[in-house]
Amino acid sequence: MKNEIRIEMEALPENEGFARVAAAAFITPQNPTVEEVCDVKTAVSEAVTNAVIHAYEEKGGRIVIRCSLENGLLHIEIEDFGRGIEDIPKAMEPLFTTRPELERSGMGFAFMEAFMDSLDVKSEPGKGTRIIMEKKFGSTLCGE
Amino acid sequence: MEEEFRIIDHYLMIRLPEEIDHKSCQEISRKADRMLLDSEVKHVVFDFSRTMFMDSSGVGVLAGRYRKVSCFGGKVFVANANRRIRKILKLSGLMKYLEFMEQEEENEKRDQD
Repeated sequence: MKNEIRIEMEALPENEGFARVAAAAFITPQNPTVEEVCDVKTAVSEAVTNAVIHAYEEKGGRIVIRCSLENGLLHIEIEDFGRGIEDIPKAMEPLFTTRPELERSGMGFAFMEAFMDSLDVKSEPGKGTRIIMEKKFGSTLCGE
Repeated sequence: MEEEFRIIDHYLMIRLPEEIDHKSCQEISRKADRMLLDSEVKHVVFDFSRTMFMDSSGVGVLAGRYRKVSCFGGKVFVANANRRIRKILKLSGLMKYLEFMEQEEENEKRDQD
């Protein structure tokens, strides 16, 4: 049976922890491995942090998180309605950051890509960004 | 739980919190930089013994401190990092800039390289 949750939250640093714990709790019925839980938590943390820092430039705004689970496949969408991304391939390059003064690592998208099975980024400048990630349980490759 | 800062000889020891994310990082970087200025600190040791979670924000903290201390020949040490933390550091390409302190045997099987 398909299960689904939808969370709407303010784009604040204190909600980053809530978002990843909520996602971790949502996948618990799948009996995920510790590694799989960490993967999902990290990916959600990266996406939500991006919305807080980049989409809304730490001034707050609305973030919508949708998670669904069907036949062991987790589908997560994290959407914001902030400034959007002008150049998505550039933003996804490891180490690239538009805000070097914040000492961010520029690894956000690289981590989402590494820890989830698929990552899709839809964005329009001035309108917002939607991150779509999927992960199949029971098939984690955690070699490196 | 709060992170803790201590200076021993020329080493700034930072005991990191349970969760290292954007929120907790701001405070860690700020405090660390103040101590790097104030005292005769040369090296930084990041102790991950309590840390259960770290995202790319943590990578930024380590890389940022490395940038600061390496100008004066200082090093950044990593202690008690579990498998997950090492995986994150490896993915970020930071491994070659860090010194790993492998004092405890509790880290049973090491995935070296």
